[in-house]
Amino acid sequence: MFNQALASSVPIQGTVVAARWDSLYDFLMGLSAFFFLLVVGAMLYFAITYRHRPQKKTSYITGSHLLEAVWIAVPTLLLMIIFGWGYSIYHTMTQAPADSYEVRVIGKQWLWTFQYDDGRTTVNEVYVPVNRPVKLVMTSEDVLHGFFIPNFRIKQDVVPGMYSSLWFTATVPGKHQVFCTEYCGTSHSGMLAKVVVLDEAQWKAWTLNRPIGEVPEIGLEGASEAPLGKVAAAQLTLVDQGKAVYEKKGCVACHSVDGTLKVGPSHKGLFGTQVELADGRKVIADENYIRNHIENPQSNTVKGFNPVMPTFKGLISETEMNALIAYIKSLK
Amino acid sequence: MAHQSAVAHTGDNYLNHSKGLMSWLTTLDHKRIGVMYLFSVLSFFLVGGVFALLIRLELYKSGVQIVDANAYNRFFTYHGAIMVFLVIIPSIPAALGNFILPIILGAKDVAFPRLNLLSYYIFMIGATFAVAALFLRGADTGWTFYTPYSIRTNTTVILVLTGAFIAGFSSILTGLNFIVTIHKLRAPGLSWSRLPLFCWALYATSIIQVLATPVLAITLLLLIMERLFHIGIFDPKLGGDPILFQHFFWFYSHPAVYIMILPAMGIISEVIPVFCRKPMFGYKAIAYSSFGIALIAFIVWGHHMFVSGQSELANFVFSLLTMFVAVPTGVKVFSWVGTMYKGSIHFYAPMLYVFGFLELFTIGGLTGVFLATLAIDVHLTQTYFVVAHFHYVMVGGTLMALMAGLHYWFPKMTGRMYPERPAQISFWLILIGFNVTFLPQFVLGAQGMPRRYWTYLPEFTFLNRMSTVGSWFIGLGFFYAAYYFYQGMRYGKKAGPNPWNALTLEWQTPSPPPHENFIETPVVTSWPYEYLPENITMQGNS
Repeated sequence: MFNQALASSVPIQGTVVAARWDSLYDFLMGLSAFFFLLVVGAMLYFAITYRHRPQKKTSYITGSHLLEAVWIAVPTLLLMIIFGWGYSIYHTMTQAPADSYEVRVIGKQWLWTFQYDDGRTTVNEVYVPVNRPVKLVMTSEDVLHGFFIPNFRIKQDVVPGMYSSLWFTATVPGKHQVFCTEYCGTSHSGMLAKVVVLDEAQWKAWTLNRPIGEVPEIGLEGASEAPLGKVAAAQLTLVDQGKAVYEKKGCVACHSVDGTLKVGPSHKGLFGTQVELADGRKVIADENYIRNHIENPQSNTVKGFNPVMPTFKGLISETEMNALIAYIKSLK
Repeated sequence: MAHQSAVAHTGDNYLNHSKGLMSWLTTLDHKRIGVMYLFSVLSFFLVGGVFALLIRLELYKSGVQIVDANAYNRFFTYHGAIMVFLVIIPSIPAALGNFILPIILGAKDVAFPRLNLLSYYIFMIGATFAVAALFLRGADTGWTFYTPYSIRTNTTVILVLTGAFIAGFSSILTGLNFIVTIHKLRAPGLSWSRLPLFCWALYATSIIQVLATPVLAITLLLLIMERLFHIGIFDPKLGGDPILFQHFFWFYSHPAVYIMILPAMGIISEVIPVFCRKPMFGYKAIAYSSFGIALIAFIVWGHHMFVSGQSELANFVFSLLTMFVAVPTGVKVFSWVGTMYKGSIHFYAPMLYVFGFLELFTIGGLTGVFLATLAIDVHLTQTYFVVAHFHYVMVGGTLMALMAGLHYWFPKMTGRMYPERPAQISFWLILIGFNVTFLPQFVLGAQGMPRRYWTYLPEFTFLNRMSTVGSWFIGLGFFYAAYYFYQGMRYGKKAGPNPWNALTLEWQTPSPPPHENFIETPVVTSWPYEYLPENITMQGNS
C-alpha cells in the first residue's frame, strides 16, 4: 500500500503533452526543493548558531541594497522562464489540429454522454483511436462540470450554455480515468468516466460496430457508479440526425443550404467563416456562435438582414443541438 | 495627567475600568472590542475546526464512513465559509488589530470608536445569518458559491449569502477606521518612516478591504436576486453567464487572500526583531512590498479560472501577472531570515510560531508558483494540490502568525504570562500534525484526486488515511492551546509592562493597558527596531 501510494507522484504519461508537462513539473520540484532548503536551511542554521547566549552581542545590520537587488532580480528572472515554459506547453494544449477526430461530450448530473459522427452515443466511456488527435467539444445540460484526464494532464470546465473543448493525442491504448472536477452536487465524486483508447485493430472493429475485445485499465482503476450505457445502435449519422432536426424545427423556412437567399442568410459554407453582424461585430461562425445565434437571434442579427428570427432557447435539446451544428458544419 | 496617574496607581486597566456585561456590550474601548472579536472568532474557529475534523474522518476510507454525500457536501461548505468569512478574514485585523493598532500608534483609541462597535455588531449579525443556515437546510455550494449550482440547489444558500454580505460591511468599516487611525492618530514623533511594520501591513490590508469588499457585496446581492426573482445574470437557463460570476467572485476573493495573509506578515515582522534582538533587515523593502502585494492582488483574479473557459489571451496575462506576486513575497521571506543573521535568538512560543510560519509559508508560496504556471495549473487545479497549497498559505501562514501574535501579545492583553512549556508542546503537535495532514495532499493532487469528493478511488486510501491521522494532532494541539491559554489567563504569573523587552509603544504602558492606553501620551524619538548590539536580554517566560 505504501509503495503504491508513493510509487509515482504523478500519473503515467498517456500523451506527448504529458511528457512535456512532467519535465516542467520536475524542474519546478527541483527549484522548489532548492529554495526550500535555502530558506529553511538558513533559518535553522541561524537559529542554532545565533541562539541567545549571555555576553554574545548582536550586529547592528539594517539591510543591504545589494542583497535586496539580488533577491529581486534572480527570482524575477526564474519566474519569467517558468512563465514562458508553462505558456508554451499550454499553447500546445489549446491548439487542436484541424484534422482532429471529433467527439461531442454532454455532462449532466451525474453522467457523461458522448456523441460520435456515425450517430452512435455512449455513456461514461468515450472510444477514441490511438496516435491520432482527438477533440472533445463539450457542454453541460445543467450545472458546471469539469472533464479531467490525469494520465493526459488536461482538464477543462464544461459549462452550460456554451461549448468548451479539449484535445489530445493518446499514445497508450487502454482505459484512462476521467474525473468530474467542478463540484456539481450530491454524486460529484461518482461522476467518473473512462477514455478508452483503442489500438488500430480495435479501432477498426469499433468503427464497424464489431466487438473490440478486452481493453486494459491504465493507472487508476475507478469504476463509475452510474451504469455504462450500451452503445446505442446508429440508425442515422450525426449529420443526418442534424438534417432531420433542421427540417423538423423549421429552419428550412428561412434558410437555404444551397446558397439561395431567403429571409435569412444561407448556411452553405457558413461554418468557420467570418460573419459581420448588424451591430458591427465580426465573429467567426464556430460552434459557440451558431448556438448563441439560435438561442439569442435578436442580439446576433447578421448585417443586411431583418431581426425577425424567434429564439429557440429551451426548444432544442443538447443532443439535437450537437447534431444540428454537425449538419450546418457539413454544408460545404 | 495628575488624574490619570492617580488612576494608574489604583491599578485601573481596561478590564476593571467598568464592570458588568452591559459595560462590555456597549463599550467603545477598542481593546474590549478587540477582545470580543477575538472570542467570537475563536468560537467560529472551533465550529469550523470541528467540521474540518469531520471531513477528514469521512475521508479515512473510501465509501460511507460517518455521513452520506449530501451531509459531506454541507460539511465542506460550512468549513470553508466559516473559516474564510468568520475566522481568517477578521482574525488578525479585527481582533488583534483592533487591540494593538491604537496602542502601537500611541493613540487613545481608533479614530471612530462608535463605528468600531457598530462594525462588531454588523459582523455578529452577519455571522448569525450564516450560522442559522446550519440549523435549517444548510448550504452545499462550497464557499465559492459557483453558479448555476448555487442558483439551483434547494439548500438555504440565501442565508449564507446574506451572512457573508452583511459581514462584508463590517470588514469595510474596520478598514476605513484603520486607515483614518493610522493617518491621524499617530503619537508625536511617530513619522511614517518609524511606523511599525504591523501598521504598514494593516494599512495595506485596509485598502484592500475598502476597495474589494463592495464588489463581493454586489455579487452576492445579484446572486440573491437571481435566486429569489429569477433575474438572469449568472444562470444560462435565464440568459446569464456563469463565468461572469467567477470573475466577480474572484475579483474580491483573490484580494481577500491578501486580506488574510498581509496582517499575518505584519505580525511576523514584529516578532522577529524582538526575539532576535536585532533591527529589522530591510524595513523599507518589507513596508513597500506589502503595498506591492496589495496592488498586484487586484489584477490576478483570473488565475483561478485557467480552465474555466476564459480566453487564452486572458490566461496568458493572468499567469504572467501572477508570477510577480512571488517577488515581493520573496523579499519579505528573505528579509525575515536575514534578520536572524548575527542576532541573539530567544526561543519562546512566539518565535517558534515564526519558525513554523517560515517553514509552512515557504512551501505554500513555492507551490503557488506551480499553480501560477499555465500548463501545470491545468492538471493541478481543482485537485487536492490546490487544497494543500491553500492550507499551507492560510493555516501555515495566517494561522501560524495568529498564534505567534496571540502568544506575543497575551501578556499585554491579560497582564499575565501564558505557560511556556505547554505552549511549546502544543506548537510541535500543530506543526507536525499539519505537515502530516497536508503534505500527502500535494501528492494526492498530483496523482489526480479531485477536491470536494465525498469518496475516492481505492488507490488514494493510504495518503488519505495519513492525512486524517495528521488532523487529529492538529485538533489536539489547538484544544490543548485553548486549555493552557485559559490557565494562563487565570493563574499565569504577572507579566509586567514589557516581558519581551520590545521597543514598540504597546510595551511602554502597563499590562493590561489602562482605559485610555497610556498614562501620559508617549513621544517617539527613535525607530521601532533600534535594537543595539548589547540589548540582548529579555525577562522572557521561564
